[in-house]
Amino acid sequence: MSAASSPDTLITFTDVSRFYGEVLGVNRVSLAIPQGVTSLVGPNGSGKSTLMNLMTGLIRPTQGEIRVRGARPDHPEELCRLVGYCAQFEAVPKGLTGFQFVFSYLLLHGFRSEECARRAREAIERVGMTAAAGRPVAAYSKGMRQRIKLAQAMAHSPDVLVLDEPLNGLDPMARAETIALFREWGDLGRHVIVSSHILHEVDRISDQVILLSHGYVVAEGEIQGVRNEVKEQPMQILVRCDRPRDLASRLFSQDHLVEAKIQGDGRNLLLRTTDADRLYLLLNQVILETGLEIETVSPADDDVNSVYQYLIGAEGGTT
Amino acid sequence: MNANTTLWRRQIAAVFRLEWRKTLLSKRGWWIYLLAAGPVAICLLHALTSRRAHPVGNDVRAFAVMFQLFYLRGAIFFGSMGIFASLFRGEMLEKTLHYYYLTPLRRESLVAGKYLAGLLAACSLFVPSVAASLLLIGSHDHAYSDYLWHGPGLGQLGWYVLVTVLACVGYGAVFLACGLLFRNPMIPAAVVYVWENVNPFLPSLLQKISVISYLKGLCPVEVPLPPPLNVIVVDIDPTPAWIAVPGLLAVAALLVAYTAVTARRGEISYGE
Repeated sequence: MSAASSPDTLITFTDVSRFYGEVLGVNRVSLAIPQGVTSLVGPNGSGKSTLMNLMTGLIRPTQGEIRVRGARPDHPEELCRLVGYCAQFEAVPKGLTGFQFVFSYLLLHGFRSEECARRAREAIERVGMTAAAGRPVAAYSKGMRQRIKLAQAMAHSPDVLVLDEPLNGLDPMARAETIALFREWGDLGRHVIVSSHILHEVDRISDQVILLSHGYVVAEGEIQGVRNEVKEQPMQILVRCDRPRDLASRLFSQDHLVEAKIQGDGRNLLLRTTDADRLYLLLNQVILETGLEIETVSPADDDVNSVYQYLIGAEGGTT
Repeated sequence: MNANTTLWRRQIAAVFRLEWRKTLLSKRGWWIYLLAAGPVAICLLHALTSRRAHPVGNDVRAFAVMFQLFYLRGAIFFGSMGIFASLFRGEMLEKTLHYYYLTPLRRESLVAGKYLAGLLAACSLFVPSVAASLLLIGSHDHAYSDYLWHGPGLGQLGWYVLVTVLACVGYGAVFLACGLLFRNPMIPAAVVYVWENVNPFLPSLLQKISVISYLKGLCPVEVPLPPPLNVIVVDIDPTPAWIAVPGLLAVAALLVAYTAVTARRGEISYGE
């Protein structure tokens, strides 16, 4: 087993189920989440928050076993040194300024006071809240509250950062900065687990996705890999070239081509095929034979949004 | 002192630091301030308006009645309920308890820190209130001053303070557990209240299963029940102080330990 996939570098769920009375939270989930940025995607009630609460020890599985980089969620003394969680709950303890909020909970990690102050200042600076740190959290806007919660979750430099809808309430600039921050943390070999409804942002953030529906994991992995697994939906490939009609006529004889459509300014050809590999080979051949000038060839539906629509579809209704 | 002990001590201090101010200065707790300030105001009014000298014993007995009927059965009981039951329940209602549960803090340390903070808040309110009431109730009279400063008055004050602290310790432990175990702590609080108040009419063995019977035995001045209630009271010998004090402390410690075990198994769901 390589270092990158040893149990100490993975978040594993082994046959995990969680029921709330008779209501299903998640059922028979088995996952091995590698480092990097992983997005949990699914409609409301699909089990995203349940998975996050399970891996941070806020709730216990009805059955199954969870390990977070080797730590058990029912041992908070060990787990919570590794994990920072920015939960969906909006409330923040009353009567505290932004700085006091981050500082106070750092004290509970056992750091000395000066260390807490330094870490709190750094975390607050990272989320761009230095100017407002001395103001009471109660006076913050929703976006500011979201950012101070993020600072609180990451102030102890956790290896696993779990974020439930972290982009909610943020303005576009703050969104871009926050996404860059997640990418930076993911690239450092940490786990960043994000749930989001905003699928085009999930695309930008994620190394891998986990699609959930009705408490079940529908698909998981890198998004292109997940897309390739959806065999019943033909792949869409967009070709931009100088003679799209000629190209379409040459390709139509192929049995794997389901549809060819000219779009936009007349230079875009959208192809739907059941065998993308054969199509790419054929494209090379056609270019050599006809001297077509190709500007771009790109998959048009290997994004989270398309995969979500194919696998979860209209039932989600949250895209 | 090993590293773990140092860490736990530091963590308990951190919880205490977060909690005590929040508990003592909570806007929601305005009625607890009233409970503590009310008797002081009445005693002050009594001292200011009494013209005629009366026997010292009257004020001593009046305070004893006020202490046992108002402080122990009312102010400290309900004040402790307000303070300790909301240590966990209040955070669940405000949806902020998860911040604690997401730190590498032993649940036992969390419970200990919260309990100590609640205890400090309760004692800060009720000990000065009891002391001020006792000092003020007869302050218009020189004989009462003699009784206080040159007689048994200060000794009695010491016992009243001890009973006040023990009441906060005992009821605090009961309501801390109620706040964690019950979605609505008012229901168990009502049951405890009824139990504590019917206590003198219960058989002697059952009387021992209560906080009030030990506290009553420690009070320096006895308060006999008026007729016709005195007929149906079951008189028992007061538990000696050397049993009552450590006994109450031990029961409180057991309850806090049970709360810690419950907190360790607890989940955060906020009823969603």
